[in-house]
Amino acid sequence: MAGSSKQTLKLNLKIWRQEGPNEKGHFMEHKAEDISPDMSFLEMIDVVNQQLIKKGERPIEFDHDCREGICGMCSMVINGNPHGPEKATTTCQLHMRKFKDGDSIVIEPFRAKAFPVVRDLVVDRSSFDRVIESGGYISVNTGNAQDANTLPVRKENADLAFEAATCIGCGACVAACKNASASLFVSAKLAHLNLLPQGQVEAEDRVLNMVAQMDEEGFGACTNTGACSAACPKEIKLENIAKMNSSYAKAKMKSRS
Amino acid sequence: MSNRMSYFCSTIGRKQLIGLTGIGLSLFVLTHMLGNLLIFVGPEAYNKYSHALVSNPAIYIAEAGLLLIFVVHLLLASFINLKNRFSRPQKYAVASSGPKKTTWIQKTLWHQGIIILVFLILHLITFKFGTEYLVAYDGKEIRDIFILVRMAFEDPKYVIWYIFSLIILGLHLHHGLASSIKTLGFNHPKYEPKVNCIAKAYAWTVSIGFITQPLYFYFFYKG
Repeated sequence: MAGSSKQTLKLNLKIWRQEGPNEKGHFMEHKAEDISPDMSFLEMIDVVNQQLIKKGERPIEFDHDCREGICGMCSMVINGNPHGPEKATTTCQLHMRKFKDGDSIVIEPFRAKAFPVVRDLVVDRSSFDRVIESGGYISVNTGNAQDANTLPVRKENADLAFEAATCIGCGACVAACKNASASLFVSAKLAHLNLLPQGQVEAEDRVLNMVAQMDEEGFGACTNTGACSAACPKEIKLENIAKMNSSYAKAKMKSRS
Repeated sequence: MSNRMSYFCSTIGRKQLIGLTGIGLSLFVLTHMLGNLLIFVGPEAYNKYSHALVSNPAIYIAEAGLLLIFVVHLLLASFINLKNRFSRPQKYAVASSGPKKTTWIQKTLWHQGIIILVFLILHLITFKFGTEYLVAYDGKEIRDIFILVRMAFEDPKYVIWYIFSLIILGLHLHHGLASSIKTLGFNHPKYEPKVNCIAKAYAWTVSIGFITQPLYFYFFYKG
């Protein structure tokens, strides 16, 4: 193919294999051969899986969907880093040209009590869904699309809310955090809705309920290390967490129940 | 809704209390360090300052308050540390690296706290509850804490342990102080770099300020 790199890669993979949620897992060595540097990381695993299937072995299971960096499904920890070493990159957008021939790569699932392993690299992230169900929505009927500017929104708030709304809920923040805290995810969802006029009505209940649900799911506490933001493929800012912290304390103080 | 848990039971609430008590303790160590610097003025200034502190009846209230703050900080931090461990029952085989890395200073905050606790207990035994030497100024006898300090810092083992513990305190404040401010809800992009810088400068001013004492006595002080 025109423009593609000539040399293929040979890699030594050490991948977490686990039969089921209650089974004991272990690392298994796999060889990846004839890997084009133009492949994505997931395509590389596809190649390995094809070989495993041919040999009659069980392929490596992993989550993936859009493969264009917007769905948040791919979830794996590559050499200790969620979504691999690159900044602002999901695993599906990580290319094999970032690795060298002969590299050893350790691939693990996201590790958190709230993200139990389903099989191999697949984890159950429905704890995030339950956090969203607890308040990550607006109940106001916004009606049909309005004329532009009938509802004034401060430009800065619109930008910040939009930035927060780019969170794809992949869970890399939890995976990167030394305490498996979901603070970056929850704070992004809160900033996304609470900064806009439509989100104001339920803003206080939202922060109380979402934080409570976050705790109930068994996520850890935030220590402001910033690893979450560094691992976030959408580069959600750490400052959202401070905003969540202050609005939680304020809402708690005002709350009558 | 069942989601109305108490502020003091929530992770954020507890972290904020750890942050608040931590800031309180940071203010205490700064005043303690500044008071200690009187040692460079001379034994009389140091002993009189110490006497003025302990002879003030308000000392009991201050000490009780300090103890309460310390206990709250310690217990909540231990609880949160335990919760954090439960939040990731299975550790990663490989540690993160590059920009996604968490520093060892950030990872060992609780361990640092335990070293500071051990240091504090020994420190109180050595000095506060140590031998009571007396000295007379203007015909009035007060406790000679200066001589006790001088004698303690004659022992190289104690000097090394003291300096090690104070470096740990510096590390603890290095991350703890800046993090506490964020936990309490202040993280503005315009001020954050400056606040971080000031918090770190504060941490090392306190740490180095304390460390000057054993170095002074061990290397420079001549009777």
